[in-house]
Amino acid sequence: MLIRRPPDIETSEITDEKLYWNRREFIRSATGVVAGLATPSVLAACGEPRRAEAAERRAARDDELTPYEDVTSYNNFYEFGTDKRDPSRYAGSLRIRPWTVTVEGEVHKPGVWDIDDVLKLSPLEERVYRLRCVEAWSMVIPWQGFSLSEFIKRVEPTSHARFVAFYTLHDPEQMPGQRRRILDWPYVEGLRLDEAMHPLTLLTFGLYGRTLPNQNGAPIRLVIPWKYGFKSIKSIVRVRFLREQPVNTWQAEAAREYGFYANVNPNVDHPRWSQARERRIGEFRKRPTLMFNGYADQVGHMYAGMDLRRNF
Amino acid sequence: MQIKSGTCMPVWTSAATSEPGRVSILPLRRALKPAVFLTSLVPFGLLIVDFVFDRLGAEPIEEITHRTGTWGLTFLVITLAVTPVRRLTGWNAVIRLRRMLGLFAFFYVSLHFLTYIVLDQFFAFSFILEDVAERPYIMVGFASFLLLIPLAVTSTKGMIRRLGRRWTQLHRAIYLAAAGGVIHFLWQVKADTRRPTIYGLVLVTLLAARLVNVSKSHGR
Repeated sequence: MLIRRPPDIETSEITDEKLYWNRREFIRSATGVVAGLATPSVLAACGEPRRAEAAERRAARDDELTPYEDVTSYNNFYEFGTDKRDPSRYAGSLRIRPWTVTVEGEVHKPGVWDIDDVLKLSPLEERVYRLRCVEAWSMVIPWQGFSLSEFIKRVEPTSHARFVAFYTLHDPEQMPGQRRRILDWPYVEGLRLDEAMHPLTLLTFGLYGRTLPNQNGAPIRLVIPWKYGFKSIKSIVRVRFLREQPVNTWQAEAAREYGFYANVNPNVDHPRWSQARERRIGEFRKRPTLMFNGYADQVGHMYAGMDLRRNF
Repeated sequence: MQIKSGTCMPVWTSAATSEPGRVSILPLRRALKPAVFLTSLVPFGLLIVDFVFDRLGAEPIEEITHRTGTWGLTFLVITLAVTPVRRLTGWNAVIRLRRMLGLFAFFYVSLHFLTYIVLDQFFAFSFILEDVAERPYIMVGFASFLLLIPLAVTSTKGMIRRLGRRWTQLHRAIYLAAAGGVIHFLWQVKADTRRPTIYGLVLVTLLAARLVNVSKSHGR
């Protein structure tokens, strides 16, 4: 299995599997590493360039993996209820096989894909991404998947395709949260085609080396690390290529609060709360939120010249 | 002795009510207040226990914020229900619980406020000021908390005596604080407005009960 990693994540950051199964053990060892690096005597011994290097390493260390237990028990997945713990309690009713993904719209090869055929398209990679929720909390999660572009290339979008819309399963029997119209089901998300083709956009099948738990969007979801979490749509059954920009679910719900782009941006506040800082799950003090969630070098060019205050 | 409508008879006088003919239920009456006191502490106790045993979930600060806020609003509503319950059931002894319940509302709302200042923001006053000034739901919540302070301060017997009629007028502000609490809750949730709506409906019902009673007593 080929394991490729995005450029900003060091190999050393990926935690040994033995460690991450035991939360307490994991936290103890992780804090040990951080404390060791932050010791002033160590820093004082370094010269200028070394200090900068150490600071960089410390910034990377600041992205310790969020424990598996938290990643899988604190979820926004309204299809299973609006409390953060509802998805882990109720997502058991979701049947993830058989599962198909319908491809339609502006493509040369529309059709219905079996999930297991999608899985075989490309080797799975592990990607450790920061996940920043629009509610101002964040996690660091090791995902397994491959770039969405691998899939898109196979279905051959037409020259008219400028946007892609994704749809979550709509089945109130399997998804009890859909029995009430909290949102306009099914959940819809959309990307500009260049965003969808960006190598960081991950078509995701697993986390922490395991198949995706149902509450995390099994069996197939997107992870778009520079956008607020709600863009990373879960349990996808339909992909539609479009000429026009689609309206995503949260934008339809409250256009003043949630835009189409939803790029992480500390300078543009949500009308009801500040986006300048975030709480990393498991930490006490809030930390500053980074532009494009820290992926500005990789994705910033796609938004050059755009008024990000208007296109929030 | 029959207590008349609260608008013309200060309710606290009932605290001293004891009738010679009903001595037999006195022990029960005496137990009522401590029992309610201890029951009112249960949510706080559970919070401590869940904290100690790490059962507050992945985001404990959010959980503490939500629980203390919910209980603050719940106790406000319970406090407001005391007078209508007394009128409906004729159970006058319940009025002796009102001050305590109101103070528990203040207790939980204060915990909610302190959770925000200390645990959530960790005294980052520039961010706190920005929140209070720019986020309507925080502004309303903060105003409601401020409004409860004079009510808690004037809840002593001495203050009740000193303020006289004005005490009753002042303490009507609890309706405003509770309404502010409901709005704070409603404006905070993302899409699921069920719970704040329920609180709102209960509050409107209680206020309606009160207004109906006022108009009745004025008609007399």
